[in-house]
Amino acid sequence: MSTLEIKGLTVSVETEDGPKEILRGVDLTVNSGETHAIMGPNGSGKSTLAYSIAGHPKYTVTGGTVTLDGEDVLAMSVDERARAGLFLAMQYPVEVPGVTVSNFLRTAKTAIDGEAPKLRTWVKEVKEAMGNLRMDPAFAERNVNEGFSGGEKKRHEILQMELLKPKVAILDETDSGLDVDALKIVSEGVNRAKGSSDLGVLLITHYTRILRYIKPDFVHVFVDGRIVEEGGPELADRLEDEGYDRFTSSATV
Amino acid sequence: MSVADTMTADPLARPHTDSVAAFVPDQSRAERTASFDVSAFPVPTGREEEWRFTPVKKLSALFAEGASDGLAWTDSLPAGVTVSPISASDARALGILPPQDRAAVVAAASAAAVLVDIPAEAELAEPVRVVLTGSGDTASHGHVVVRAGRHSKATLVLEHTGLAQHSELVSVVTGDGSDLTVVSTQRWSDGSVHLAQHDALVGRDATYKHVGVTLGGEVVRLNANVRYAGPGGNATLLGVYFADAGQHLEHRSYIDHNAPHCTSRATYKGALQGATARTVWVGDVLIRAEAEGTDTYELNRNLILTDGARADSVPNLEIETGEIEGAGHASATGRFDDLQLFYLQARGIPEDEAKRLVVRGFFADIIREIPLADLRDEITAAIEEELASTAYASANPAANPAANPTAPNADGQTVTKEN
Repeated sequence: MSTLEIKGLTVSVETEDGPKEILRGVDLTVNSGETHAIMGPNGSGKSTLAYSIAGHPKYTVTGGTVTLDGEDVLAMSVDERARAGLFLAMQYPVEVPGVTVSNFLRTAKTAIDGEAPKLRTWVKEVKEAMGNLRMDPAFAERNVNEGFSGGEKKRHEILQMELLKPKVAILDETDSGLDVDALKIVSEGVNRAKGSSDLGVLLITHYTRILRYIKPDFVHVFVDGRIVEEGGPELADRLEDEGYDRFTSSATV
Repeated sequence: MSVADTMTADPLARPHTDSVAAFVPDQSRAERTASFDVSAFPVPTGREEEWRFTPVKKLSALFAEGASDGLAWTDSLPAGVTVSPISASDARALGILPPQDRAAVVAAASAAAVLVDIPAEAELAEPVRVVLTGSGDTASHGHVVVRAGRHSKATLVLEHTGLAQHSELVSVVTGDGSDLTVVSTQRWSDGSVHLAQHDALVGRDATYKHVGVTLGGEVVRLNANVRYAGPGGNATLLGVYFADAGQHLEHRSYIDHNAPHCTSRATYKGALQGATARTVWVGDVLIRAEAEGTDTYELNRNLILTDGARADSVPNLEIETGEIEGAGHASATGRFDDLQLFYLQARGIPEDEAKRLVVRGFFADIIREIPLADLRDEITAAIEEELASTAYASANPAANPAANPTAPNADGQTVTKEN
């Protein structure tokens, strides 16, 4: 049982006009086995929340706390956060030329576990995980994210999540840019990970479409750097019908 | 790619005028002096076009004439390959290219030449190995002549190690239809100085590949030059270099397309680390009027790992005929990509290891070009060793145990494993 606890988190970024506050007091608790959907309009700060938890150097935490099972996440370096059990599936995964997927996966697994995985079982595990995500075996010998289509990049992110087995995974707009088939494959991967490891999921999305395949336990509406409404899955249905207008107009008053 | 500001210059739109800073340059690369006569080359001052990047003050011992000892020579020769002395006149009779700068002409004049002879039609499964070891900082000179017989297929490895002040001319002549790869590794001790000119006269329909791997030494300048003895030749010049603080690593390539229907590729990649790390790449390609059907491309990439390092990169392309298949050049020098680092670290990989992974990946496409799997592994291991000995300035070894209490990390060092 793990708990990611975010309390009063405020975050700013450096702009040409000085620091700009993006997150304005976020409170959120994600327990093992729970799926939380964070939904909000463009520019509301959803991705900033994801990157801040992962420790991206561009964002400065100006207040609040983030803990994983009581440990201070904000005091950890980016790699320490990952080794502590956090995973961020990125909206825009980065190309790493000359580094093959198989080498990358093995290096990451070794870092996370503190020892190299047993070769035979590892190869089998990777092969099976790739098969589940309908990834061609040749994929393993391609360079990380180089020349990948949008769908391949997202499946590669989910592949890493399934293999690295984090405690809490943050999926940053993993659904954006995917066609329905790819969306189903990616969603299956998330559900598989949840089924096998009691994973806590923080699902950041602009659209309700992915929630047809990954059932959230909680839905949070994120506007202007904070959570403005919370509820169960029914809130997603309401957003589907009404959009974000109700929240954005009140936010500007 | 980690480099943000890729610059691909169009030679027709942008003539290279940057070299006029101190001197009126030669109108064409072809006019540069090439001769076996020492007096044809004055001692460089550092203001000459071909020396302006090089710390010539550290090189005076290698510009001076006079007999000297060579380096200790150890070889390992596959059956059929011979090593023997060769007179200067016999060497020249083979058609070797003349020296193109002061250091090379002094090396040719001072050293007793040695011929490495690969017989015609020989197909060697093992490389020809020559280990050259320096044992002090007095000047030494060497002249290695390599003859690859017609239709032979071979790999020659020249390993440079130890402490030395060495000037070297390597003169390769390849026979028609031959396939020769020369791998030259520079893994000198600190304080070493090495000036080298590695030439090849590439036979008709022959394939020639030269790979420079420069990791150690205070000043290393390796010039790789190619001319063609007939049509259909194919030349590939490759280089990887890793400069730490205090190192000046310079690579120059000159491909003289003097025959029709020949191809060439030059690809050099360097990584720099440390405030005073310095690298230079100058790539000259000349396509003469008679070289119709030429296909050439040259590329240089530099990865700057820490602030203050400096990489100079000068691609020069001269084209005297329009009847060519293709000609291009590209150069890009970029800082380490923070996004790549974040991505790898977000997967649990410590900063040090993430940087090594990126550098390794950066060199991968050149390493892949080295023939013979064992040799490839050996060169990879040499680069690994260089990377392992490199402590990144911003690394944070102390923070590890708290995040991962199970890691066997008692000495407080960042633990990284490669398997």
